[in-house]
Amino acid sequence: MLLFLLVSKLCRFSDMKLTVEFGGGLELLCNSVKIHNVNVELQSGAEKLTMKDLLSWIRTNLIKERPEMFMKGDTVRPGVLALVNDCDWELSGQLDTTLEEKDVVVFISTLHGG
Amino acid sequence: MEESADGKAKKAGARLCCLCHQKKAALKRPKTLEQICRECFYEVFEEEIHQVIVENQLFKPGERIALGASGGKDSTVLAYVLSELNRRHNYGLDLFLLSVDEGITGYRDDSLETVKRNEIQYGLPLKIVSYKDLYGWTMDEIVKMIGLKNNCTFCGVFRRQALDRGAALLKVDKLATGHNADDIAETVLLNILRGDIARLSRCTSIVTGEDGPIPRCKPFKYTYEKEIVMYAYFKRLDYFSTECIYSPNAYRGFAREFIKDLERIRPRAILDIIKSGENFRISTSTKMPEQGTCERCGYISSQKWCKACVLLEGLNRGLPKLGIGRTRGLNNDDKKDTKKTNGTKSIESKQCGTLDF
Repeated sequence: MLLFLLVSKLCRFSDMKLTVEFGGGLELLCNSVKIHNVNVELQSGAEKLTMKDLLSWIRTNLIKERPEMFMKGDTVRPGVLALVNDCDWELSGQLDTTLEEKDVVVFISTLHGG
Repeated sequence: MEESADGKAKKAGARLCCLCHQKKAALKRPKTLEQICRECFYEVFEEEIHQVIVENQLFKPGERIALGASGGKDSTVLAYVLSELNRRHNYGLDLFLLSVDEGITGYRDDSLETVKRNEIQYGLPLKIVSYKDLYGWTMDEIVKMIGLKNNCTFCGVFRRQALDRGAALLKVDKLATGHNADDIAETVLLNILRGDIARLSRCTSIVTGEDGPIPRCKPFKYTYEKEIVMYAYFKRLDYFSTECIYSPNAYRGFAREFIKDLERIRPRAILDIIKSGENFRISTSTKMPEQGTCERCGYISSQKWCKACVLLEGLNRGLPKLGIGRTRGLNNDDKKDTKKTNGTKSIESKQCGTLDF
């Protein structure tokens, strides 16, 4: 309990709670874990978190192997779908999509078998 | 934290569906670039497939239809949508699920569990045919013997026949597969790169093998992979997604990646490539391989023995190289006729047989 209070105090201004979900085979890149409840620290001085920031955070913190299956350059690999709160990220500005507390971000690969 | 609710409301108000103008848009259609909501998406997705089925007369009332089912996204959506359309539009079809068990531990055994769940979820009878029963070998045993070099050749050749045999056992009139627009565009490119004229002219046809025992059709010929995956995701359909453990999939992989890169720049490119494939004219003077039947098993073959029998003979005699690459030994009666090796050469370079056209 004490630890929880301490953590929540520390995280208050710099963290954002998000749910990140992998599907379509992408979960294999993160020890086969599909749903990740994460705290993403905002860059010092940054006001908001964008999908671009989240992707680089995921690459460092969640992806355990073959990151090239998930990303190409600074965005997702073509053939990987991304949804923010169950809405295609192509509608919200892709990399520029601004994330908010408790958003659910889903990545699904279309590249595995039929 | 209270402001997050406001934030979400703000986001929700941002874009409305361009069809119903009421609900929040959920995806951008690659085919038309329209922004549409979930409900309108289900409707146009299903309706377009229905139109393709009607316009191309893919099915006739009373027919028995096998659906090639791998447990993957395409075949799962195919089984779901076709049983739905069959009910809604009174197609009058008897639908069956047909799966091939290649005998790959940790891959096919898991995906077959998905198919078995689909059998219950969609109420469609399931038939599984296995390489072990049909040929006496599992893919695990084949790989143990021949290694990881040409295993996809074996698997691809065997699967094609296995589906036909399973379809015959089910006494179906036709076999429908889940090949989507992306798959077909990819195959058009591969066949151009390989110079495989015979397959290039065949691979864009929505119905193939009409002269053979069991015609095959592709109701998803114009359906984008993105929409299939979105549909499966929104509907929470139960599918399996793991790459085959034996498949390096290199050559097809490059084509696939290229198609996806093109799609990002211009989503219409996928339909355009299919159109180009359809419009490719094959000069009538080009000698096409003649279709006959295999002297051993009676399956369609342009050679004395069909490819599966040649490969099987090699396995059983402990000469697994037989039938890989240049035709040697069994079909060598026509050695002088170099043109006839066309068929085998293209199989040699064919990587993974997951997509048989």
